Parts: sequence; C-alpha cells; structure tokens
Amino acid sequence: MSLIEQATKSLFLSELIKGMGITFRHMFSPTATVNYPYEKGPISARFRGEHALRRYPNGEERCIACKLCEAVCPAQAITIEAEPRSDGSRRTTRYDIDMVKCIYCGFCQEACPVDAIVEGPNFEYATESREELLYNKQKLLDNGERWESEIAANLASEAPYR
Amino acid sequence: MAESNFWVDYILPLLLIVGYIAAIILPLLLIVALVTYGERKIWAAMQYRKGPNVVGPFGLFQPLADGLKMMLKETIIPAGANRVLFILAPMILFTLGLIGWAVIPFNSVMVLADINVGILYLFAVSSLGVYGIIIAGWASNSKYGFLGAMRSAAQMVSYEVSIGFVLVTVLLAAGSLNLRDIVEAQKGLWFFIPLAPMFVIYFISALAETNRTPFDLPEAEGELVGGYQVEYSSMTWVLFMLGEYANIVLLSGLCVVLFLGGWLPPFHVEPFTWIPDVVWFLAKTAFVIFVFTWVKATLPRYRYDQLMRLGWKVFLPASLAWVVITAGAMHLFGWMPQ
Repeated sequence: MSLIEQATKSLFLSELIKGMGITFRHMFSPTATVNYPYEKGPISARFRGEHALRRYPNGEERCIACKLCEAVCPAQAITIEAEPRSDGSRRTTRYDIDMVKCIYCGFCQEACPVDAIVEGPNFEYATESREELLYNKQKLLDNGERWESEIAANLASEAPYR
Repeated sequence: MAESNFWVDYILPLLLIVGYIAAIILPLLLIVALVTYGERKIWAAMQYRKGPNVVGPFGLFQPLADGLKMMLKETIIPAGANRVLFILAPMILFTLGLIGWAVIPFNSVMVLADINVGILYLFAVSSLGVYGIIIAGWASNSKYGFLGAMRSAAQMVSYEVSIGFVLVTVLLAAGSLNLRDIVEAQKGLWFFIPLAPMFVIYFISALAETNRTPFDLPEAEGELVGGYQVEYSSMTWVLFMLGEYANIVLLSGLCVVLFLGGWLPPFHVEPFTWIPDVVWFLAKTAFVIFVFTWVKATLPRYRYDQLMRLGWKVFLPASLAWVVITAGAMHLFGWMPQ
C-alpha cells in the first residue's frame, strides 16, 4: 500500500468506522442466548448426569448387589454393603455414591447387568454444602422414581447400540 | 429588622441553591444508573447476548440490585493503607464527577451557575480528577493499585493537553468562555461541522480522559486486576464507579454543548421546535453516551506506548496546528465573533 493511501486511511479513520459499522449491524441480529433458567438446551440420550437407582415396574429394586459398579468405579466413589433378605434374595443394605469423588465416566451403568444404576439427564443438583452430595441408597432410589420416565425413554432409544 | 434581612438575604438563596443542586444531582444519579443498564444491554446486543433481563421488567431494576449488593458488602481497608486518604480518594472522584454539572446549561435558562468562565471551570474540575486516582493508588499501598494509578494519571494528563487545545478552538469560534454563549453561537451551524477534526480529537480524548476502551488500560481487568481500584470494595468502590460514569455523562454533555449545539434543535422549523429544548439536550447527550458504549463494544485495548504516541505525537501537534489554522483563518477573513 502506498504511503499516501495509508495516510488517508488513518487520517479519516476508515478502518475504525468500518469496525463500528460491523458492531452496529450486529446489534440488530438475533441473540444466540439460551435464556438458561427459563429455557434449556437439548441433551443427548447418552448424557451422564445425576445418578439414580431404578426399580422394576412391580416396585422391586433392580439392584442385586453384584458390586460390579463398585469394582469398576475408577474414582472409588461407590460403597456397597449387602445381605440376603428374609425371602432369600440378595439385596443391598447400603448403596452410597460420593458425588464429589465421582467423575461421571458412566462405567457403573455400563457394568450394571440389570440396568439398576444409571446416570440420568439431571444436571441441576447443586447443593449448599458438600455433605448433601454424599448420596445414600434412599436418595438414589428417590432419584430413580423422579426421573424414571426420562431414563427409561433414553435407555430404550440407546438399546440398539449397547 | 436585621434578623429578617439575614433570613431573606442568606438562608432563602441558600435553600434555593440546595434545591437546584438536588434537582440536578438526583436525576443525574438516576441517569448514571440507567447508563450502566443501557450499556450492558447495548454490549449484549452487539455480542449476540441478551444482557440483564431478570430483575424487573426487561431487567430495568438491575442497577438497583447491583447497588444493593454492593452496599451489603464489607468495606475492606487494607492494613498498610493510609486510612484517611484511602476513604477520601473515591469521595474526591465522585464529587468531581458531579461538580462539573454546575455550569452545564440544560437550556437557555436552566443552568445552576451561569459564570463567564464556565469552560475554565470545567477544565479545572476534570484536571483535579487525576488527584482522586493518584491518591487512591498511593493510599492503598499496593503495587497493582499504584501501577494502575500511575498509568491512569499519565494518561489523563497526556490527553488533557489536547482537550485544552480543543477547548481553545471552540472558544475562539464562539468568542466566549460562557457555555450558554457557546451554545448560542452555534445557532447557525453546529461546531462539529466547521471544527470536525477537533470534534474527533475531543471525542477520542474524552474516551482517554474517562479511562474507557480503547484506553482503559489503567484498569485493565486482565493485567492490573482493576488498576487503581484493586483494594477498594463495597461503597468506596461504588463511589469510584459512580464517579466514573458521572464523568462519562459529564464529558458527553460537554461534547453536546461544545460541538452538537447544546439544547438547539437541528433545524429551526416546525416539527423540530415543538420538542422542548431540554429534551434535545438530553437526547444528544444520550446519543454521545451511546457512541461511548458502541466504541467499547468494538475496539480492543491499546498498548501503553501506542496510547502515549497517539496522545503526544498525533493529537498534540494536530490540535495545536488546528488552533493556529482556526485563529489564522478567522483573523484573515475577519470571521472573529464580536
């Protein structure tokens, strides 16, 4: 670029005005915002969110205390204790997940032979204290009840690929 | 007898003046709050975002919520700080942001102090602003605060020189130091047309003077963690922010008075003259503030040496040359205002 051209350009602030024009034009373009607490983005059926323990439609717990999830958990976030129930079936007496340790890798739901432990679509479970994130069996079963329809739909849609 | 004289001669005018001051400052603070909201909305729109939209209708109460939040925070005074100066600095800056409004004419009669050296007064007030910043940086006894204050002071002093020359050309063209007379002198032609280069220099220097993008390196958030206000929190910080925005509004108002014809309508014909002149003044000021915001949404930050080069090597010679050209042309062609 010649010297004169460059001098004219900087004297009349042409680059600057061009830039301002761009921002002004973009002021009227639609926003890209997802207005979060009121609208939410789409979530994959494979999304690995908050854990849940599921039940069979007749109300029986799915978990048979095989402890595969506990064994596979790379963060060792799962603690299981089990005893035979009075009718002779094997059930957990304790099923804790330390949600602070958990790395949300999804190995537990892959290891589970009966689709009992799953990671649901919920990601809004922030708490005010750390202790509230140490989930016990009751909390996980409650999650299962709360999210069952979504979880079942997700599992069904992913079934062909598993 | 003597007593009644005292009341009528001293107390009544005093109360009247206090009333006038309140009538200027309260709407001004409201405007400052609205400016912070409007700015965020405009930046958001330019960046494909929504901006504040939760508190109140369209998020209009966001500044109130922010103010309340800041008020509830703890005022921290660092152990090594000079307590008196540390508290004094934001007050100085805030006061100076408001005090300039004394001479700004809202229309031909609405002006608090119709003094005949209005421009000099404003120039003095804006120069004093540096003290607030220097004191803040020095009194907080922190290296970041101090560095930020040094940069800020150097920048404000550099650009004040060219603002000074811009003011000189304007008062050459108007033939008066009184801001009301300057506006009246623009009845035929607003000064931003004949003094276009000075208008641009004034606007860019005003950006530097108020430490705004692209000259916001004194408070560069990423480098100096807030510059001279690092150590400030709660209400002391609010005073800095209010002072800064009051200053932006002040310099925008001054820009309108000096170059955009103050309260005068663009054309002296029917539909334009129906709108009250105060509204014209406020609308023009709002437009200049919008340009401030627009610039901030567009430009990245200057490097320090670029800032100094622009101030001393470009603006100073250019404004000086334009003073000489204006004065020479006026003398040569006999355009001097009588």
